[in-house]
Amino acid sequence: MAEISIRNVAKQFGDFTALHSVDLTVADQEFMVLLGASGCGKTTLLRIIAGLETPSRGEVWIGGKRVDHLPPRQRGIAMVFQNYAVFPHLTVFENIAFGLRMQKLPRAEVDRRVTRTAELMHIGQLLKRYSGQLSGGQRQRVAVARALAMEPDVILMDEPLSNLDALLRLEMRAELKGVLAESKTTTIYVTHDQVEAMSLADRIAVMDKGRIVQAERPIEVYRNPAARFVGSFIGNPPMNFLPAKKGANGSWRVAGVTFEGPRAEREEIAFAIRPEDLSPSEGGLPAEVRVVEPLGPHVLVTCDVEGHLFRAVLDSDIVLSRGDTVKLAPTPDRIRWFDPETEKSLQHHQ
Amino acid sequence: MTAVTARETAVTSADIRKRGRLVFVATIIILCAWVLAPIYLLAINALSSPEQVNAFPKSFVPGFETDSIAFFMGFAGVARALFNSVLVAGITMALSIGLGAPAGYALSRFDFRGKDAFRIMVLMTRAFPLPLLALPLAVMFIRTGLDDTALGLALVHTTLALPFAVLITFSLFAGIPVELEEAAWTLGCTRLQAFYKVVLPLVLPGIAASAVFAFVISWNEVFAAAVLTIENRTLTAFLLQNINVSPMHLKFAGGAVLVVPALIFIFAVRKYLFAMWGIANR
Repeated sequence: MAEISIRNVAKQFGDFTALHSVDLTVADQEFMVLLGASGCGKTTLLRIIAGLETPSRGEVWIGGKRVDHLPPRQRGIAMVFQNYAVFPHLTVFENIAFGLRMQKLPRAEVDRRVTRTAELMHIGQLLKRYSGQLSGGQRQRVAVARALAMEPDVILMDEPLSNLDALLRLEMRAELKGVLAESKTTTIYVTHDQVEAMSLADRIAVMDKGRIVQAERPIEVYRNPAARFVGSFIGNPPMNFLPAKKGANGSWRVAGVTFEGPRAEREEIAFAIRPEDLSPSEGGLPAEVRVVEPLGPHVLVTCDVEGHLFRAVLDSDIVLSRGDTVKLAPTPDRIRWFDPETEKSLQHHQ
Repeated sequence: MTAVTARETAVTSADIRKRGRLVFVATIIILCAWVLAPIYLLAINALSSPEQVNAFPKSFVPGFETDSIAFFMGFAGVARALFNSVLVAGITMALSIGLGAPAGYALSRFDFRGKDAFRIMVLMTRAFPLPLLALPLAVMFIRTGLDDTALGLALVHTTLALPFAVLITFSLFAGIPVELEEAAWTLGCTRLQAFYKVVLPLVLPGIAASAVFAFVISWNEVFAAAVLTIENRTLTAFLLQNINVSPMHLKFAGGAVLVVPALIFIFAVRKYLFAMWGIANR
């Protein structure tokens, strides 16, 4: 049982604030992904949980025990590093056994666990090799096996797949998900890759400028971004935003079209829609086509709506060319609204 | 027509390439000769009998006579000077690594105020000419009773070798990713355990090389040795003192005894010295 609770954690590097008072709870056996652009503080947060960095303020609890004053070895964690950190002077076997030997486990138990985790990661035939004789993907497997062999309560992963090539990344991603689900550990996984985050996570914590903006199930984060940043960061292509002016009876005017919207004490708010929630229809938003990119199943159309960049993912049957004007109607229940100043969602219930 | 021109051009460029290669090879030969010829002459003369050394024209094949070397080694005081040299160099080596390696580790792993200044200061110590320091040092050593002792001389040699030890070990430690240590910490190691289980095995060959380097610096040093010791002379100081009044063949023998160990040591650790100076050795 290892629930992780981060309470009011802040980190300062000189004048730079890497983390502003972060609160996050990760349930036992949950797969939590910290997602954000580089420099958003996600790795710092992970390193604070690991004990490789001390928080300037706040508390870290793992499994009901306060750990922020403990060194990494007393926290019941294992970590997988971005550059693998496989010890070059030890064989694969000794790498995986390293932590077990530190625990002074009996030899038979060490052998059993090393063999089992090596089999699990499909590196059973490499046990006698040194890291210099392994490919990147194999090193990554060793690093994961070394962490799993510890049978830790918590596994922390810092962009473990980012050094692999695209195809290998896809393969390892699926494999990691299976292995970690089976191992029943609590996992915190740092990445800047939204696809990785969506596909692996039970919950995604989206981070921006040292704050957690939203921490919810992937589909929630995708459908109902808590802030404009989340909508523009997640999704490829990202969400479209257009200014909306206050109309009569609580309605809002977007590019000449009237929509029902939230009640807000503002003259202008932001209208948002995902590119795939648009379809050509009379009474839609008038869009002038700039670029048409056929992608096979769909066609990505980049348009101009009243001077704003606007993208739509449309059915590939549609025939459009540069300069055409097309009316794009949003699916009504997929429209989102954001406050232009706080950038927060105007109907988010959290 | 065009074919002919093309062939001519080809011939000319091949010609130029050939000449360039000639210059290249010649340069290498000259550079090698510059270093090797004196060593070769030293070796020949050290291994020849006194008659052969003084004979003219010289033979380019050594006589393989060990008389000169044997006589030199049996010369009063040589054995003692040799022992002193090894002792001083050994203490220098231990002090340089003992003080230099922790400093190198700190420089590579921690950010502290004045780190860059410290690195420059370490190098700046080499900018002080030793002759300038020798007299005040001698006076100070006499006052503290360190004069004419192996430890006193080793301290001076340590100041000469330490900057190299610090900078070399710094680059050694900097070459070890900090994640390796961090991984060890998360796998149950204390800081100290992580150091000797992970970092030390990886840097040990380099540390050994920089130790040998410190040894050779002390072994070759003559100025401070000549000024600061009287009775307990090291081999270099001893030779400096006695060689002017020795016959030719003894000079060569003494030179060979000095040069050969240094050469062997440097040859043994050449790979690491190349790595230290940032020259790729792979």
